[in-house]
Amino acid sequence: MEKFTKLTAVAAPLPIVNCDTDKIIPARFLKTLTRTGLGKNLFDPLRYDPKTGEENLDFVLNKPAYRNSVSLVAGHNFGCGSSREHAPWALLDFGIRCVISTDFADIFYNNSSKNGILLIKVSPEELEQLMEGAERGANATMTVDLESQEITNSDGEKIIFEVDSFKKHCLLNGLDDIGLTLKKESSISAYEKKQKASEPWLYA
Amino acid sequence: MSGPKTLFDKIWESHLVDQQDDGTCLVYIDRQLIHEITSAQAFDGLRESGRKARRPEANLCVPDHNVPTTPGRGGTDEIEDDASRIQLEVLEANAAEFGLPYISINDERQGIVHVIGPEQGFTQPGVTLVCGDSHTATHGAFGALAFGVGTSEVEHVLATQTLIQRPAKNMRITVTGSLPEGCTAKDLVLAIIGKIGTAGGTGHVIEYAGPAIEELSMEGRMTVCNMTIEAGARAGLVAPDEKTFEYLKGRPQCPKGAQWEMAVEQWRKLPTDVGATYDTEIQLDVSEIVPQVTWGTSPEDEIGITGVVPDPAQVSDANRRSAMERSLEYMDLKPGMKMTDIAVDKVFIGSCTNSRIEDMRAAAAVAKGHKVADSVYAMVVPGSGLVKMQAEEEGLDKIFEEAGFHWREPGCSMCLAMNGDMLQPGERSASTSNRNFEGRQGPGGRTHLVSPMMAAAAAIAGHLADVRDLIK
Repeated sequence: MEKFTKLTAVAAPLPIVNCDTDKIIPARFLKTLTRTGLGKNLFDPLRYDPKTGEENLDFVLNKPAYRNSVSLVAGHNFGCGSSREHAPWALLDFGIRCVISTDFADIFYNNSSKNGILLIKVSPEELEQLMEGAERGANATMTVDLESQEITNSDGEKIIFEVDSFKKHCLLNGLDDIGLTLKKESSISAYEKKQKASEPWLYA
Repeated sequence: MSGPKTLFDKIWESHLVDQQDDGTCLVYIDRQLIHEITSAQAFDGLRESGRKARRPEANLCVPDHNVPTTPGRGGTDEIEDDASRIQLEVLEANAAEFGLPYISINDERQGIVHVIGPEQGFTQPGVTLVCGDSHTATHGAFGALAFGVGTSEVEHVLATQTLIQRPAKNMRITVTGSLPEGCTAKDLVLAIIGKIGTAGGTGHVIEYAGPAIEELSMEGRMTVCNMTIEAGARAGLVAPDEKTFEYLKGRPQCPKGAQWEMAVEQWRKLPTDVGATYDTEIQLDVSEIVPQVTWGTSPEDEIGITGVVPDPAQVSDANRRSAMERSLEYMDLKPGMKMTDIAVDKVFIGSCTNSRIEDMRAAAAVAKGHKVADSVYAMVVPGSGLVKMQAEEEGLDKIFEEAGFHWREPGCSMCLAMNGDMLQPGERSASTSNRNFEGRQGPGGRTHLVSPMMAAAAAIAGHLADVRDLIK
């Protein structure tokens, strides 16, 4: 996966609470066999008129200042619902590398970090401040620095954020965690040997 | 960790392969269910890196999301939609290449992953089980730690039989009282989600306990655990008991003979120890609930069928108010409308939440001797070929057909509308599935979540209806 280190850009405001994975990428686009190509249908129900297929010009990512957004400031519980990794794939294919909210659904959180997308949890007050900044559009860029765990808004104010140390390490270095796990192959084999003796029916 | 442990703690600790200094854990995964939507890219990943499936027999592959439910549907090669057919062909080819067990759509055992896992005895108490599907929480009904994962994690499990995880927090929801007439496990879990909210369980594993849970059948417990994800928790659990063992005994993949006795002896040690503590405790008395129905576009937007559409103007929280306004606009509902005045176009009885034999029986008991309203298209989609056979042996298919319901082949169907079973823009359903998200059952479609009995009642009435009026 691609590394995440530092990003300076305009953030798109998306103040929808409980934005679910069916909004991020509806099920009918899940018939693909690849991880790419989903960006054009990111937020399809919000981005396009369901009857005509025309762009909905009120939707944030259709507005000139946000058409090339690489980060989102989103409402509480972003990514709830399905386990479909197509949700982060669609975000990534559109170009989104960072989402900031007060909370994320657990499975979506894991899926995003495995695709090089940084999800940042902030307090409701901090979210409000970042949302206001994002709504100022092209005049207000925001910087996210993963190494120092800092968000700097366009006024130079800083917000410190928490991040899981292992996920941070993987994101900063773009690491594939299957490779990391396979370094522990002997521990896995030892576990299996022990389990096979105590629960042989799991190996029948 | 010593001292009294919860059910979750016991399963978690017995599956730890490694723990890093920063608290990151490597957890052994005993079982993986695989379907056609979330696996192709995982198999590609294995191929690209030259990796194999570490334990092919620890997996079970079955197509479910994309399969047609048309009566007499034929084989994979007869699927008209190219993208769907190719996804099934790719799953079958991947299973063959990596040596994984595969159940085809012509096999009588085919069905929704979360129905066939327990049916085949693939799901067992105390195991860790994952699937690239958030409703994997279903299997927690057996006291298995079961949760949904993304495709990268599907690949990780295939390659290593483990996952990198951090421990979840423990939540216990104790449910007391007896379910009143007309209320089922579905009403119970909708009431829970309404109480704690759709993010109420985030970061937790929820253990359901108390007399009302113990009273539930295995099918009912599966319905409750299934919807755990709609409360934001990845996994739900119910302590295994005699009902659990009775359900599993003799299932194809369960241990037999002396090993069965040995397994049951170990499974009896799984329930939470006296004195174990939880990070969060919730209590709910269900003796006063009425049949539940959703009015909005989140599973937490639930209300009793005797209620009216809520008024956003009465809500002080601005975020909540605007979410409600958007929901009502999407659902084309006005505050103050009686829920029983809402007409439906389609009724869907099925999905991993409510497509097991008990659900079929409950819906058929309501449908018997009635007719589906002329304005309604109603479909019943059994969860598996075995559920379908059992229902047909009991004559339930005839009851449904005489009442005007369409009796279909097994699959996920209109729960998420990938297979052609869907709502048209503006159409409204009463559905026994698990999500009422915008567009979930088709772009512009509007979903009201209900139990199988309530769905049958809505089909007959032509609008959302109180099933208690029909079964009096």
